[in-house]
Order: sequence, then C-alpha cells, then structure tokens
Amino acid sequence: MSVVKRVSMIFKAKANKTLDRMEDPRETLDYSYQRQLEMLTQVRRGVADVATSRKRVELQMNSLQQQQAKLDGQARQALGSGREDLAREALTRKSSLQTQISDLQTQYQSLQADEEKLTAASQRLQSKVEAFRTQKETIKATYTAAEAQTRIGEAVSGISEEMGDVGMAVQRAQDKTAQMQARAGAIDELMASGALDDVTAQPNDDIQRELDQMGSNHNVDRELERLKGELGQGEAPREIGGSASGAAGNGQQTEPAEQPQAGDGS
Amino acid sequence: MIIRILGEGQLAVDDSLAGELNELDAQLEAAVSSGDESAFGPVLAEMLERVRDAGTPVPADSLESSDVILPYSDASMDDVRGLLSEDGLIPG
Repeated sequence: MSVVKRVSMIFKAKANKTLDRMEDPRETLDYSYQRQLEMLTQVRRGVADVATSRKRVELQMNSLQQQQAKLDGQARQALGSGREDLAREALTRKSSLQTQISDLQTQYQSLQADEEKLTAASQRLQSKVEAFRTQKETIKATYTAAEAQTRIGEAVSGISEEMGDVGMAVQRAQDKTAQMQARAGAIDELMASGALDDVTAQPNDDIQRELDQMGSNHNVDRELERLKGELGQGEAPREIGGSASGAAGNGQQTEPAEQPQAGDGS
Repeated sequence: MIIRILGEGQLAVDDSLAGELNELDAQLEAAVSSGDESAFGPVLAEMLERVRDAGTPVPADSLESSDVILPYSDASMDDVRGLLSEDGLIPG
C-alpha cells in the first residue's frame, strides 16, 4: 500500500479511537467536547511557550549585537591609539560573534514560523470546537441514541482528526522549543563564563582594560615629566597631546589642564 | 476530495489531481522502501506544493473528515515511519 494511504488510514484510526469508548454514542459527544476544550488549552499554552522562547532568542540576539557594536567601537579606539594588535583582537571577536548571531537568527525565524502555524491551528480548532458544540446540542436534542450514531460519528471523526493534527503540532513545537531552550541556556552559560567573549557583561573587559591602561600610562608619564620639571631634572611639562581619560589613572592629578577625551589625541 | 496537510489544515482539491498525486505517492513509496532520504524530501515537497496550489482551504468551522492525510512539510522519513507506527506520534 502506498505511503500516503497508510499514513491517512493510520492517522484516522488513531484519531478516532475515542469513538469506541462510550456505550451511549451521545456520551461520546460530551467526552469528545471535553477533550477538545483540553486541546484548545494545550495549543494556547503551546503558542505561549513558543512565544516565550522566541523572545528569549530575541533578547540574546540583541545582547550579542550590542556586544558586536561595542567591539567595533573598541577596535576604532584601539586603532586611533595606534594599537593595531588590539584592534585586530576586537575585530576577531566581533566576527566570531557573528556565527552565534546567525544561528540565533535562524532559530528566531523558525520559532516565529512555528508560532504563526500554531496560532493558525489554534484558531482553526477554535472554530471547529464552536461548530461542534452547536452540532452536539442539536444532535442530543433531536435524535435518539440509535439515530444519532451516524451523525455523531461524522462530527466526532472530523474534529478528532483536527485534534490529532493540532496535538501533534503542539508536541512537535514543544520538543523543538525545549531543544532551543537548552541551546539558549548553553549560550547564556557560555556568556556568563566569558567563553563567548561577552565583554559587555563585564564592566572592564580585557581589551577595555588595556585601552584604559594605555590611558593611565600616559598619565603616569605625564606626572613623571611634571615632577621632573619641578625638581629641575629634565624637561619642563608641556602641553600634552596624549592626555588620557583620567578615570583609570592612579595618579593624583592636580594639574588643571585635563582634557576630557580618551586615548591618544594625535 | 479533502486533503489535510498535517500542521496546515484541510484543502478541498479537485479529484482530477488524484492521478498526479498517485504518481508522486509512488515515488514517495520508492524513496521510503529504498531508504533514500535525499529523494524523499523533494518528492514530499512537490506533493504538498501541488496540493497547496490546486486546493482551496476548507472553511474552519467544517467538521468534515479528510479523504487523504499528508505528512507535515518538514517531515523526515523517520517522522513518516513514526506516523505509520502503532504507538505513533498522535498524543492519545
């Protein structure tokens, strides 16, 4: 037998197995309706889970992108100070983040697609459950148990098929979401450990530390020059092109001529 | 006839499409029995595409059963084997 025929047959058989359970076919209607309401709850929860997962991926993506922008700024700053080695390091990290970001983008799109599909499935099921409820009341009011059998069979098997489909979609989306959550958790952990070069997570990452260090070295040099000047050893202090950000400096700068800009002013 | 694509809902399709679908189904069968995953995916995709193109969505409040049920679009051969197994993928 062909694949499609077998799939169709087996799917329907499984979806309809609830039909055999009730002695009074009319009870089947209520039983099925209960299951439908449960399934509606389940699919809505599924949509919410996927949305949560999607938002998490989005947050991670944003934070990695911010990090990339920061590394880019650091590369500029380093290059401005003539430190090509540091700039290169920053750009290397920036490009390695791109892989993570692309991966997250793929995940994001996939979750978004799942969310749309599940939302649509949830709406379809909602409409069918409504239609079923109306039909259920009509059948119960109009027909005896024996007469109702055929109509019940039709109504229940139609909606059972929908429930089987929706149930499977929810299951699949949840499995996938769980996998992505695990990966997202792994990325969070990597970020926390610094292995992903999450320099933004630390106020003073190593590139920034070195840039700051360069600044403070300039300060120390300048202090030295000043002291030498006061003691009459060596050159007098001069207007310094390389004044640096004072924040990281360890000298007590009493000189008023502080320039606010960071790095080498050349 | 009414065809359900799993995960996408039901479509009403003219019976004249049956011949073409049977041909694709035969190719699908061949792929599954020879375990040829690389043939399976494209044939399934083509089948679904034909149905989507030719079909019109069944109204959401219809309680009609489908005549044919097709696997979801990203189904692998393993997934299809799961669909065919006794304790398969449909939550009881």
